Amino acid sequence: MNSRLRIRYFKEKISSIWMMVCLILVIILPIGIGLGLWYKSNIIIQEYSFSELFFSSEWAPNSGKFGFLSFIISSVWLTILSVLIAAPVCILSAIYLTEYANKKVLNIMHPVIDILAGIPSVVYGVWGILLIVPLVSKVIAPAFGVQTAGYTLLTGAIVLSIMIIPFILNILIEIFKSIPQELKEASLSLGATYWQTIKLVLIRKAFPGIISAIGLGISRAFGETMAVLMVAGNVAKVPKGLFDPAYPLPALIANNYGEMMSVPMYDSALLLAALILFVIVIGFNLLSRLAIIRYQKRI
Amino acid sequence: MAKKFLNIEEKIFKFLMKLSTLFIILVLLSIIISIFYRGLPVLSWEMISQSPKGGFYFGKEGGILNAIVGSLYLSVASTLLATLIGIPVALYINVYMTRHQKIASFIRFCLDLLWGVPSIVYGAFGFIVMVLLGLKTSLLAGILTVTIFILPIIVRSLDEILTTVPRGLHEASLSLGSTRSETSFKVFLRQCSGGIITGILLAFGRGIGDAASVLFTTGYTDYIPDSLGRPAATLPLAIFFQLSSPFPEVQDRAYAATVVLTLIILIISIITRIISKKYNKNQIEF
Repeated sequence: MNSRLRIRYFKEKISSIWMMVCLILVIILPIGIGLGLWYKSNIIIQEYSFSELFFSSEWAPNSGKFGFLSFIISSVWLTILSVLIAAPVCILSAIYLTEYANKKVLNIMHPVIDILAGIPSVVYGVWGILLIVPLVSKVIAPAFGVQTAGYTLLTGAIVLSIMIIPFILNILIEIFKSIPQELKEASLSLGATYWQTIKLVLIRKAFPGIISAIGLGISRAFGETMAVLMVAGNVAKVPKGLFDPAYPLPALIANNYGEMMSVPMYDSALLLAALILFVIVIGFNLLSRLAIIRYQKRI
Repeated sequence: MAKKFLNIEEKIFKFLMKLSTLFIILVLLSIIISIFYRGLPVLSWEMISQSPKGGFYFGKEGGILNAIVGSLYLSVASTLLATLIGIPVALYINVYMTRHQKIASFIRFCLDLLWGVPSIVYGAFGFIVMVLLGLKTSLLAGILTVTIFILPIIVRSLDEILTTVPRGLHEASLSLGSTRSETSFKVFLRQCSGGIITGILLAFGRGIGDAASVLFTTGYTDYIPDSLGRPAATLPLAIFFQLSSPFPEVQDRAYAATVVLTLIILIISIITRIISKKYNKNQIEF
C-alpha cells in the first residue's frame, strides 16, 4: 500500500469515528434528558403522594405545598383553545394553498409562513401585550360584560394559536401534497365537481394526516413558554372561565427559576413540572409521528 | 337544485379559505407593524451602542449593547458547535447508512421527537447538567444548552437537503474509487453547500430568539462577558425583564430591543431566501 492511500484510509477512519461519536451523542440525548429530569424530580415524588401533587391546587412552596392541578388545567385549557382557533384556519388555508392558489399567492405565502415560524416567542409576547391584551380588555371582555386587565386565558390562547399556525400549516401542506394526483383525476372524471373532489376524496383521504398534524400542534402549544408567560396573567388558581388568568406549566418553571434554590424541594418540584411537560410532549409527538408514518405508507 | 346548493357551498368555503389565508398574512403584518410602530421611535444609537450605566433600571442612561453582544456570542458559538456535531450526523445518515434504511429512519424519528421538545425542558436539562458539572450560570453553560436545543434542528434540516442528492451522483463518486468520507465531504457537502448554509442560518435564528432555554443557564448581567465563565445577557431576556419594569423609560428599551431582535430575524430570513435561490442554479442535476 503506498503512503497516499494509507493517508486516505486514515482520514476515512478518523472521520467515520467522528461521525459515529456524534451520532451516538444525538441518540442518547433524549434518553439523557428523560433520565436527568427523572433523577431530579424523583426526590419530590418519593416525598409526596400522587394525589398531593396532581389533584391538589394548593401551591405554597414556602410551606411545602406543591399541588400542580391549577397549572395542569391551565395548560390543558390553553392548548385546547389555541388548537381550536388555529386548526380551522390552517385546514382551510392549506386546502386553498394546495388546490386553488396560483403561483402569485404561493410566492407571497411561502415567505409569510417562514417568517411567522421564525419569529421568536418573546416577540410574539410583545405583540400580544401591544395588541391582543388591549383587544381582550377593551373589546372582547366588555362584549361579554366582564371587566379585566386583559391578561387572561383567552389572551394566552389567541397568541399561542398564532404561534402554532405556521407549524401546523407546513405539515398540512405536506400532507395534502402527498395525496396522489390520480385519485383526484379519477374523481373528476367520474363527474364530480372540484369541490366535491376536495370534500369527499382529498379531505377524507387526508383525514388521519390532518389529525396527526393537529396532534403535533398540540404538543407544540403545550410547551410554549415565553409568549404565554407574558400575556396569560400567571395566577396560581384553577381558571374558571375564558377571562380568568391562567398559569401553565412552562410559565411556572420559567417564572420561579430564581428562587428555587433557596426553598427546599422547590427545584425538584419545578423539574417535575419539566418532566411532565417532556413526557406529554414526547407522547403526543410520538403518536402523531407514528400515525403520519403509517398514513404515508398506505398512500 | 342539489347542484346549485353545491355551488353555493363551494363559494362559501372558497371564501372562507381565502379569508383564512388573508388572515395569516394580516397577522404577520400586524406583528411587524405594531412592533416597529412602538419600538422604532424609541430606538436610538445610544441604545444599541452602550451598556447599561448606573441607574439604568430606573430609567437613567445606558443601552442594550450587553444583550446584543451576549446574544451574538451565545448563538454564534452554539451554532458553530452544533454544526460541528450536526454535519457528521447528517452525512452519516445519508452516506453510510444507505443500506440500513430502517436504522436511518429510526434516527430521523428520534430527531423529530427531539425537535418537538419544548425549549424550557432543554433549559431545565441544561440546568441539571450545569449543576452536575459544578458550573455556575455562565456563557459556557448557556452555549451548551443552546447547542443541545438547536442540534436536532440543524441535523434534521441538513438531512432534508442531503437526501436530495441524486443516487447516481453518490454511486458515481464511489465507483471512481473515493472513500465514503471523501464522498461525504467532497461530493455531498459541495453539492448541498447552499442548502447547508440555509439550514445553519435557520438554527442560528432559533438560537438567538430563544429565551426559555437560556433562562436557567446563562444568567443575566449588565456587562459584556469577557470570558466563557461569566454570565451573559441575551436579547430575549432583556426584552422580558425590562418589559416587566414599572418605569416607562425602561419599557421603551424593551420595545426597542424587540425591534433589534425582529430585524435580526428578518435579515436572516432574507439572506436564507437569497442563498436558496442562488444555490439552485449551481446544483448538478440528473
